[in-house]
Amino acid sequence: MELFDLTIHELADLLKQKKASSREITESVFKRIKAVEPKVRSYVSLAEETALAQAKKADGTAPRGMLHGLPLGIKDNFLIEGTKTTCASRILENYVAPYTATSAQRLLDQGAVVVGKLNLDEFAMGSSTENSGVGITRNPWDLERIPGGSSGGSAAAVAAGECIAATGTDTGGSIRLPAALTNLVGVKPTYGRVSRYGIVAFASSLDQVGPLTKDVTDAAILLNALAGHDPKDSTSLNLPVPDYTKALQKDLKGWKVGIPKEYFIGGTDAEVAKALQTAIETVKKLGAECVDVTLPHTDYGVPTYYILATAEASSNLARYDGIRFGYRNREAKDLTSLYKKSRSEGFGPEVKRRIMLGTYVLSAGYYDAYYLRGQKVRTLIRRDFEKAFEKCDVILTPVSPTPAWKVGEKVSDPLKMYLSDIFTINVNLAGLPGMSLPCGFTQSGLPIGMQLIAKHFEEERMFRVAYAYEQANKWHQRRPKL
Amino acid sequence: MTYEVVIGLEVHAQLLTKTKLFCACPTVFGREPNLNTCPVCLGQPGTLPVLNRQAVEFAIRAGLATGCSIEAKSVFARKNYFYPDLPKGYQISQYELPVCLKGHLDIEIVNGGRSPSEVNDDKPGKTDGGPGGRAGSPPAITKRIGITRIHMEEDAGKLVHEHPGTRAQDASWVDFNRGGTPLLEIVSEPDMRSPQEAVAYLKKLRSILVYAEICDGNMEEGSLRCDANVSLRPAGQEKFGTKVELKNMNSFKNVEKAIFYEIDRQASVLDEGGRILQETRLWDADKGETQSMRGKEEAHDYRYFPDPDLLPLIVDREWVERVGKTLPELPDAKRARFASQYQLPVYDAEVLASSRGLADFFEACVKEYPQPKKVSNWVMNEFLRMIGNDEARIPSSPLKPVHLAQAMKLVDGGTISGSVAKTVLQTVFETGESPQSIVEKQGLAQISDDGALETALDEVIAASPKEVEKYKAGNEKLIGHFVGQVMKKTGGRANPAKVNELVKRKLSS
Repeated sequence: MELFDLTIHELADLLKQKKASSREITESVFKRIKAVEPKVRSYVSLAEETALAQAKKADGTAPRGMLHGLPLGIKDNFLIEGTKTTCASRILENYVAPYTATSAQRLLDQGAVVVGKLNLDEFAMGSSTENSGVGITRNPWDLERIPGGSSGGSAAAVAAGECIAATGTDTGGSIRLPAALTNLVGVKPTYGRVSRYGIVAFASSLDQVGPLTKDVTDAAILLNALAGHDPKDSTSLNLPVPDYTKALQKDLKGWKVGIPKEYFIGGTDAEVAKALQTAIETVKKLGAECVDVTLPHTDYGVPTYYILATAEASSNLARYDGIRFGYRNREAKDLTSLYKKSRSEGFGPEVKRRIMLGTYVLSAGYYDAYYLRGQKVRTLIRRDFEKAFEKCDVILTPVSPTPAWKVGEKVSDPLKMYLSDIFTINVNLAGLPGMSLPCGFTQSGLPIGMQLIAKHFEEERMFRVAYAYEQANKWHQRRPKL
Repeated sequence: MTYEVVIGLEVHAQLLTKTKLFCACPTVFGREPNLNTCPVCLGQPGTLPVLNRQAVEFAIRAGLATGCSIEAKSVFARKNYFYPDLPKGYQISQYELPVCLKGHLDIEIVNGGRSPSEVNDDKPGKTDGGPGGRAGSPPAITKRIGITRIHMEEDAGKLVHEHPGTRAQDASWVDFNRGGTPLLEIVSEPDMRSPQEAVAYLKKLRSILVYAEICDGNMEEGSLRCDANVSLRPAGQEKFGTKVELKNMNSFKNVEKAIFYEIDRQASVLDEGGRILQETRLWDADKGETQSMRGKEEAHDYRYFPDPDLLPLIVDREWVERVGKTLPELPDAKRARFASQYQLPVYDAEVLASSRGLADFFEACVKEYPQPKKVSNWVMNEFLRMIGNDEARIPSSPLKPVHLAQAMKLVDGGTISGSVAKTVLQTVFETGESPQSIVEKQGLAQISDDGALETALDEVIAASPKEVEKYKAGNEKLIGHFVGQVMKKTGGRANPAKVNELVKRKLSS
């Protein structure tokens, strides 16, 4: 195995034993990038020079944390001072961040090396990374297929060995879906667990930062680095962060895993359904009791999400007006046309579609019927989970109804695309932690993921179940052939 | 037709916090453009608001000072609209659930709607201060004006259309120094029935905010801004007429003028059988008229919704009580205390208590010179005139309470006359020197010395043979002529009582 194939914890051990240097690891990653990036196209921008400088510096200093000297990829909606942050949008194509996101700073503080900024659906809106203004990222397991979205660049890069691990953001499943479609572990922590300061906002009440990694241990390590209170984010909770690696134990005796019936009915791809059934059997074998739970408002998740998320997005994206930063149409002669032309030319079609939808649902006369109603349904969805968690420790569901689909397959049908998030969206609406981990492959060799959901701020429970499951399988050790 | 005017005011008060509402940028006025900014108040991608605790305390103070209930839970909302001075594309404001609800303040009305301080403004320094208040004025009536709500919001930046630099003439510039500055919006009930009542309300509100040390009340710099909703209805009708919103009034005078103008305008529209359009009108102080800005149809759809970046604001009882304990004595309480403790006429108490600076000046002076009514007369007649009725000038005034007390003691001790005291105080106000030293340096001490006065009187007698004759023939009124002439000769320093005595003695012999 090459260095770029290894995990955070494996490389940290090598560094500790002085069997590898940060420079060697970083060079290995950039060599890999040169080899596969033309096919995968994970990155929006690369920072080879600064990365090698950071690696050199890391080799010369005492370790500052588990991530010390390790090359990571950062989704291009995280701000890092002095570097471009584009959100894969024309409107920000030349935007240089004036400050650094709290979460990114935490990684830098641990000595992490930043390889570059990763591709995404424009402003993190999408499920396939086809909405990128920069270009489509391909799934390393099958280059004709999408890697999932919106953190598709992050997922593809980690899966392809173009970085050791990566950050993503998850508003309706944007970490978990691409993780599932690329055989990775992806964690969406509890809302409020990781600071949103310095993350370009899509839907403020739903966005959450999390890791995309090759295994559960790495996810625990990376989340340890990201999590914690940030006084700059008013929605960040001031609670102690447990060491998630301590939750990684092999047995599940006495644990109750909830299986919500609404997530296991028709419509799911047969191979995916089968893989999930096998996973449930494995969990039982590990000593857990699987109990039936019900989440009756599940069906309302997607419509509720597209009301609330677009409402917030329409407001969050108002600041891209061509006045202070970002793209401006230079021909505009008056204020209104400056706004109209800059925004029309700067935003891509999916972003415009959502801004219009969000503007509509917030407008006077429709607010009560849509936005307010949406908030009420959101409460019902949250209560469903609260009730279900009276009966179990974690909930187990599929992540995606299908394995990775082909590039272009759902582009012309937004509603079909929106349904890819059907199993992940309600977790965001409820503010719960959720994670995706590998649970099998299709006959044609496409990865399948399963989702674990826990109570607010009880990420440790899903780490425990995930780790026990991972140890009973070796799905996560498979690497794509590129 | 006779109409009744219905007025409600929306007042924006800029809070005296050191930092902005949602970031740590300073709020200092008048700095170089865009110096007081950071990624947060510029609405850079990824930035998030963090609420200023001090601003919340000020909102609580304002609420308590106006009898509002302080809401245990209030919510910040986004008010969405596009404008270059609004960096995020929305303003964070409180909408459905504001921090303070349902308060009131009392205004005093005399002279058909004018407040005592209003009357005082017209004729600075001309109050007689006689017992029982202004001679000939009817007694003041108290009227309660309701306050619907007080909410917190952030200010926008400002557009600059002229720039001293060399860049293109047709460019506009944006200065975000003010962007994000904390404001309170204080919304009244439509309880006012005349422009004078509106001004009295505004003055009282300003005085309370300044008293509570939450706003500097400077209308010219825009720290206090006022919009008025004005409508007319036929006298006796209960239903309100169509309201027009007036904006852009930056002084008490302009508020009054704009409302007067608008009443006349609406009355003539109605008299001619027209309909009032619901619209927003701007007051043009130069032209002395209101002009239409936008109609109801063009009104924005602000698409308010709770700001997902901020948690609801929770204010517990203990916090309210703690803030309440820091509130100073407010104008109404002070006025009542002045009237009872110092036995001042209601009128004096009202004028002195209308401004915290003036009240403090008065009380400091009384401490040095415990004759309240005398002090009140001097403060209201002389001191107010010197500062041009502008309380903001009190802190920088070289004339301090101790100076006034000193001058009055000099009068009492016979060192100077009352009229010389006025001159002395004027000099103190200009130079900051003490009255004692001015009197000494300029030789202003009263002449009570018989010899010196006699010499002066002899000269006057010698120069006025006719008057001497008439006086001796029994025209005693002419005594004033001799006293006046002696005063003139001595530059006002002669002791008038002594001169009086001397004249009588000299001319009766």
